[in-house]
Amino acid sequence: MNGYLWFVGKRALQLLAVVFFGVSATFFVTHLSPISPVEAALGRMTARSNFAPEAIAAMREALTEMYGVNEPLLSQYVNFWMRLFRGDLGPSLLAFPTPAMDLVMRAMPWTVGLLVLSTIITFIVGNILGGLAGYSQNNKFFKAFGIISMGLQPIPYYIVAFILLIIFGFLWPVLPISGGFAMNVTPGWTWPFISSVLQHAILPSMSLVLVGFGGWFLGMRALVSNVVTEDYVTYAELAGVRRHTIVSGYVMRNALVPQLTALAMTLGGVFSGTVITEQVFNYPGLGSLLIDAVNAGDYSLVLAVSTISVAAVAIAIFVVDLLYPLLDPRVRAE
Amino acid sequence: MFAVLRDLIRYNIEFAIGLVLVGIVVVFASLSFFAPVDPSLIYMTIPDQPPSPQFWFGTNSRGQDMFWQLSAAFRNSLVFGITVAVLSRIISITVGLLSGYVGGWVDRVLMFINDIFVAVPIFPVLVLFYFVLRNNLDSLTLALIMACFGWPFDARLIRSVALGLKHREFTRHATFAGMSTRKILLEEHLPYVMPIVFSTFMNNMLWSIGLEVTLAVLGFTNINNPTIGTVLYWANSHSAMVVGVWWWIVIPVILIVMTFLGLFLLAISMNEYIDPRSRLRRMGA
Repeated sequence: MNGYLWFVGKRALQLLAVVFFGVSATFFVTHLSPISPVEAALGRMTARSNFAPEAIAAMREALTEMYGVNEPLLSQYVNFWMRLFRGDLGPSLLAFPTPAMDLVMRAMPWTVGLLVLSTIITFIVGNILGGLAGYSQNNKFFKAFGIISMGLQPIPYYIVAFILLIIFGFLWPVLPISGGFAMNVTPGWTWPFISSVLQHAILPSMSLVLVGFGGWFLGMRALVSNVVTEDYVTYAELAGVRRHTIVSGYVMRNALVPQLTALAMTLGGVFSGTVITEQVFNYPGLGSLLIDAVNAGDYSLVLAVSTISVAAVAIAIFVVDLLYPLLDPRVRAE
Repeated sequence: MFAVLRDLIRYNIEFAIGLVLVGIVVVFASLSFFAPVDPSLIYMTIPDQPPSPQFWFGTNSRGQDMFWQLSAAFRNSLVFGITVAVLSRIISITVGLLSGYVGGWVDRVLMFINDIFVAVPIFPVLVLFYFVLRNNLDSLTLALIMACFGWPFDARLIRSVALGLKHREFTRHATFAGMSTRKILLEEHLPYVMPIVFSTFMNNMLWSIGLEVTLAVLGFTNINNPTIGTVLYWANSHSAMVVGVWWWIVIPVILIVMTFLGLFLLAISMNEYIDPRSRLRRMGA
């Protein structure tokens, strides 16, 4: 047990470091840029209307105070961290008085839901099928499967999502292609709402599953086909251990350890994929929010979304890492 | 070198297919050097013409001949991918070899930095850079930024090989013969990691071109520079699919799938070639 605590402590330290560096990087990238958020906001506000010069000067003053850009960089940086701990990243310009954090929190469940759903499906199904394919290498079905997943895997998320959109939006319109739920249902724990949410999630999660699946399948197949040649597997077969037990308890379990590490390492990439998929299907998650914010020049909202996504991905990786010792007893015993 | 290539083509069907696919795309892309029109100009031909003997890939709603447009786009994207791959290979070789050979606190610090880079989601960061730089974000800047994020996986891979090399006899000989660390790494260890470098080179190109497509499709790069992504961006912004100009989308998508499949097949078959056990299995030994 002591070994486990040591492991958790070490990983927690790493988590803090990742969040610290990631968030600092987003801060400095935005604040060292030559573009002033004040002038950008001012340009946007005064673009379509006629203001007196005094009114513009007053607005500039108010905005400067709001963003705190007249202070030295270091004190801005400290203030940014203090406000971040209070969960306040300033008002969004996209939906003016609403705090940027509120918008992020509203979008968060959609992205998390999509990410968790598709990651679980791809990881579990891909690994089980990959394991079986590695164990029974001459099976025709699995061979065909391997070729298909090999063909799908390298294609970028955007293109797969786009092809799905064309197929199910233009050629055979059976599934909803836009939004998180139908317009005419009220959100709540009712069946029409839940079924509508699920229906709208099919295409976005399908595009994530199609791309992500192949990697797990091919990886697990390669790992298992190596484990199968180990002496202890031959020994177990000779000793008459049931096939099912060998596959699940001896082969898959050992091959799953590196796969779990791989899951932690690819989560950042899957998150990027989710963000892109959301944009294609107009899904109301963090990705669509980020893109809207960039297009609207909304400084606080862009900073909020990037900060939160860096932190959220780091936390997700931490959680996956915590599962690791459950599979590999050596880490516990250390 | 040629014997290796011949063996790969003979025994590895994936390598052969990959080579053919990438070859077609590269030849197509290099045709742009002989393009009769400047691909950045618009309204040079009749818009919205379907594929015909005169316009092989049709023309788009911006009055561009799609054949020359796509040829230039693929050239730019491939050059972009190669730039990112070369730059990030330099970082990953340096970090990987140094970390594996020197060990100790150098290893710990480098791997700590490595783990941080692995955990940062790249897409929001790239969008952030676009948000800050706007139209100053040209291909070279983007390639530099992506190279800074594209090395950690491969550095870890190279490190694991370097760890093994460190305890081999020849390393010890080199040390006793008084070779400097830099010389040992460059002359003794580098040749051993070259196969990994080549296979990850392809993977890195896939990754960077894919991200560039994504950013460009959203309009988050310089949209006047023809790349695979910007072609799709313009097709989307002219609603090509709805208007019925299908060739503006379908032909680029087919070419993209060919490129990615080809590079991926090259990468995995090289990967397999590095692992002698699977190579023997394939040759029927």
